[in-house]
Parts: sequence; structure tokens; C-alpha cells
Amino acid sequence: MEDHIQNLYEVLSKVEGYVYPNEIELNWSILIVLYPYITGLVAGAFILASLERIFKIRILKPTYGIALLTAFSFMLVATMPLVSHLGKPLRAYEIMITPHSSSAMAIFGFVYLWYLMVVLFLEIWFDYRRDMVIWANESTGIKRFLYKALSLWTTDISPKAVALDDKIGYIVTVIGVPSAFLLHGYVGFIFGSIKANPWWSTVLMPVIFLFSAMVSGIALVMLVYIVLSKIRKQLLDMDCLDTIAKYLFYILLIDFALEGLDQIHRIYVAEESFEALHKLVFGKLFYSLFIFQGLIGTIIPILTLGTLQFYKPKPQIRKVIYMILPLLVLMGIFFMRWNVVIGGQLFSKSFYGYTSFKTSMIGLEGYLMAAVWLIIPFLILAFLLWLLPPWKKIETNHD
Amino acid sequence: MNDETTKLSRRDFFKTGTVLAGGVALATASLIPYDGLLFASEAPGAKGKWYGIGIDINKCIGCGKCANACKIENNVPRDPFYFRSWVEQYTIKNDGAILVESPNGGIDGFKQAAPTADIYKSFFVPKMCNHCAKSPCTQVCPVGATFETEEGIVLVDEEYCIGCRYCVQACPYGCRYIHPEKGTVDKCTLCFHRLKKGLQPACFEICPTEARIFGDLNDPHSKINYFLKNHTCMVVKPHLNTGSKLFYNALSPEVR
Repeated sequence: MEDHIQNLYEVLSKVEGYVYPNEIELNWSILIVLYPYITGLVAGAFILASLERIFKIRILKPTYGIALLTAFSFMLVATMPLVSHLGKPLRAYEIMITPHSSSAMAIFGFVYLWYLMVVLFLEIWFDYRRDMVIWANESTGIKRFLYKALSLWTTDISPKAVALDDKIGYIVTVIGVPSAFLLHGYVGFIFGSIKANPWWSTVLMPVIFLFSAMVSGIALVMLVYIVLSKIRKQLLDMDCLDTIAKYLFYILLIDFALEGLDQIHRIYVAEESFEALHKLVFGKLFYSLFIFQGLIGTIIPILTLGTLQFYKPKPQIRKVIYMILPLLVLMGIFFMRWNVVIGGQLFSKSFYGYTSFKTSMIGLEGYLMAAVWLIIPFLILAFLLWLLPPWKKIETNHD
Repeated sequence: MNDETTKLSRRDFFKTGTVLAGGVALATASLIPYDGLLFASEAPGAKGKWYGIGIDINKCIGCGKCANACKIENNVPRDPFYFRSWVEQYTIKNDGAILVESPNGGIDGFKQAAPTADIYKSFFVPKMCNHCAKSPCTQVCPVGATFETEEGIVLVDEEYCIGCRYCVQACPYGCRYIHPEKGTVDKCTLCFHRLKKGLQPACFEICPTEARIFGDLNDPHSKINYFLKNHTCMVVKPHLNTGSKLFYNALSPEVR
């Protein structure tokens, strides 16, 4: 508390121009940057998995299981930055039991639960049920118990039962795709619907969030697949990677076009807020917007991936490119979230001045805590990959 | 073969097109026309009291007593980041430059922002919650902790607020803050506790020039209605359609 006030006095000394006195404090910090980032990774990874399942793009098979487990691992953590950011975290459940129908945020709990429990959980469960039954028979001790419990003590792995699993799994995925769209489009709506804030308030926000989500999710799965193959000393399936890279390219292009459209529209209509926002992007957001998000996170990946569509260098070189590009893209999307969330709070709603962002290394809202929320999903993923290794599954053709 | 495909798809196109067009026509016919003007001119709580606030900028001398009285009356933290009520000083210079200041919310008074010869005009603008009739903060609260009373006052149930700060983001006027000790949101209540006792809100009572007026908008003989009738009043940021009930006399377009 004392630190917090001390921090605010420091920010006060750095205020440029005039901000309303209550605006000196930045209300949504780095944890709220993580929230759309993580949910975006979930939605993107899931959509990549569905490409294989629904649209029967068989070439993506090696990443199907990884994509699903990645989505699930990040989904489990998605709410944590939000809840720990609340002024009264112990009251978080109120959002579920007494949701306010006109609030965009109130729907979050339901969208989240629907997506986590109904879509992701069910899809993974039906996809793994037969394998869990088999693995339970092959294992001993706690692992055996774990598989038995996870498969809910079912034992029927007759072709008829497995076919039913597959059918239900397919239906869940079909429901899942619009749900993934809903989940992340909705996160965009939380920001896009705030008419008080011209940096957020655009109808394009949900669409931009959705496409940037797909970009980040696909990049993450690509990276996890490559790293995992290295660890397991397996050969990379270059056809699969080339295909993912192709999708990444197209979606990145759409994302870039949408964000470009948003900015062109802002510049052309030049509303009341224009001068204030202009100064913001060329001042406090210059590096995070133009360099990290724009140049390194978008332009360089688009140019590289675009070139790969016409000219294919040797697999060795492509491997290196496919290692580095997802990192750039993931960083770019992180800064996109940063520019939206933090950028949207740096200027005053009076358009007469700017506050600044200052957070500490430690503490509940510090950088270390944020890093923890980003690392935990990878630990969960590692555990899930150990428990439910997609490469040990019996080959099923999702037909 | 090709021709057949074309024919089929054309038929499909017309079929789908007809269904879509019919659907749109039906949906449009069933819509009730929305009368924006009607809603804007009639208070949703048309019976009983419906409070509105008037501030006469010409009368404000920038003493900052309102901001201070508010802090004392409502136990608002004394640090200069938490205000339910504050005063801004606007200085428009001859070259068109606009200077806005509110050091410690105006509680400690103001200094002249520019040499007299450079000043085109200067004035003070007291700010507080607009108690909007279509308040964006109430709309976004995920648990309904922020609500509008029958009298048109926007309040927060601090026993219920989860401290998500969405309302702080949604308020276009910067009137909300998170209480550093409580962890919940805090804002102007129009001194609801005083109103219920028949007293005036603290900032109104202390104003030495009677620059602040409040009253029942539903009562044609109220002070506020007299004020509105006899002055050219305006709300801040009218384009946001928040249904603001804080009306300023002599509001300059520079004020945001």
C-alpha cells in the first residue's frame, strides 16, 4: 500500500500535460495484458487443431494433439491473471452467480466455462478415452489409477464405442470452432465497447483480436511442435510445418490488413481524439507499436513467410526460420496486447495529457508474477504431454 | 456437365437469396421503431425526485473548498490521486494554447498559469460525477455493484464490488478511482447520506459563490429547472450520449 502510493507520486511527477487526477493511476496493468494474450493463444491453438479435425487437413495431423493440449494448458491459467488483479479476488465468484446482464465482462465466466469444460475438456476426453483405457491396462500404480479415473472407469473399447467417441468428438469440435471465435471475439468486445476510450472503441476490435489470436496460437503450436520434436529426437515433418507456415502467413496478412484498416480509418476520419492519439503512438508507444509489434512482430514475419510461398530454401534453413519466426510473432502479438491495454490508459480522456506506466519487478502485479503466469501453462503442458502423449495414441483417422 | 453445375448453383443461389431476403424483411417489420428524442426528453424515473446538478462556471472562483469538503465529508484518501470532486483551471492563451491544471484537485488553490499579457481568457471548471441517466459505468459493472437509484443517483455497493476496474475504464469523465485501502471502487454519491437527511451535498453547501445548484428535475419549480431555463447550459462530452445530468452554464468548448 505504501509502495503503491509512493509509486503514484513518482508517476505524478512524470505526468505530461493534464490528466484527470483519478487517471494518474493506470488501472489495468501487465496482468490484464496477459489475459487477452493467453486467451488468444488458446483460441488460436484450438482453431489450428480444428483445421485437422473438421476440415480434414490431414497434413496437420502431427500437431493435432499438441494443439489441443496446448490450448487446454493455457485455458486452465487464462483466468488467473484476471482474478489476481481484482481488488477483491475472493469475490470473483459473484461474476458467476450474480452476473449483470448488460455487462460485457459478466459473460466472461460463462464463455470461459463453456469453452473450457464443454469444448476443450470434452474434445480431449473423447479423443483420448480409448487410449486411456489401454494405457490403464498397461500401467501400474498411481499412473494406472490416474488413467482409470480420467477415463471415468470406462472399459469399452469396441470399434462401435470408439466410433461413437469419434462422432461425439467431431460434433464437439464443430461446436468448438464458433466457440473459439466467440471466446476471443468477445475478449475484443470488452475493449471495443468502451465508448469512453477512443483507442479501444472500434467495431473492428473483436475481429482484430480474433485474427491476432489465431496468429499467436498457430505460432505457439508451431514452436511447441518443433521444440518437442527436438527433445524427443524425432524428425520434423516438414510438409506439416510448411502447411502451418502457409496458414500463419495468410492469417497474419489478414490481421495486418485489419489493423492497418483500423489505423487508416483513424487517420482519415481524424476525430476529436486524433491529436492526442497521434502523439501517443509516436511518443510513448513508438517502440512497442512500430518496432516490436509492427516491424519485428508483423512485417518481418510476413515478408519471410511470403517469400517462402514462392521460394523454398533447403529444409535445414526452413527449420531455422520456423524456429525463429514463431518467437517473433509471439512477441509481436504480446506487444499488440500491450499497446491496446496499456496504451489505452496512457492518455487522458480529456485528451490534454499523458500518464506513464510503472510497475515493479516483484509483487502481485509485477513483472515476475506475469512471468509466472506465462510459465505455468508450459509446466501444465509438459505434464499433460507426459500423461497423454499424442504420439503414443493409436492412429485414428478422424473421418 | 459444367452447365448443369452452373444451373444448380444458380438455383441454390436464388433459393438462399429468397430465404435471406424474406428473413430480413420479416425481422425488420417486427422491429419497434426506437424514439430517441422521446427517451432523451423524459426521465426514466418520471415519478418522484429525479436529481440533476447545475454548475455556473461564471460564478466559480476556484477556491477548491468543494474538493476539500468532499474529501472530509466522505473520507476520501488525501493523496492527490483520489477525488470524487475536483476543480480544473483552464487558461486559454492569446496564441490559442490551452493550459489545464488541477494541482491536488484545486484544494490548495491555483497559481496563474501564464503572464497576464499572454492570457486570452481563464476560468475554473468544477468536476464531479455526472450521475448519467445512461451511465456507462453502470452498464459495464459485471456484478451489478454499481447501480442507479430511483432518484437518478449513481451509487456503488462496496460490499459487492469485486474491484475489476471496468467501470473506471468506462467512465468518460474520470470520476472513479479504486480506494487504496478497500480495494473497491469509489465515487461521488451526491452525499446520499446527507440528502436522506434533507441536507445539501457537502460541496454544494460549502460553495461560497453558490456556483453549484442541485435539485429535482421533475419539479418544474425547482432551483435546477430555474437554472436550466435561464442559462444556456451544456453537458461535457454530449456526443457520448451518457445522459449526463451535470449541466454547466458558460461551458467553453475547450472543456473535456
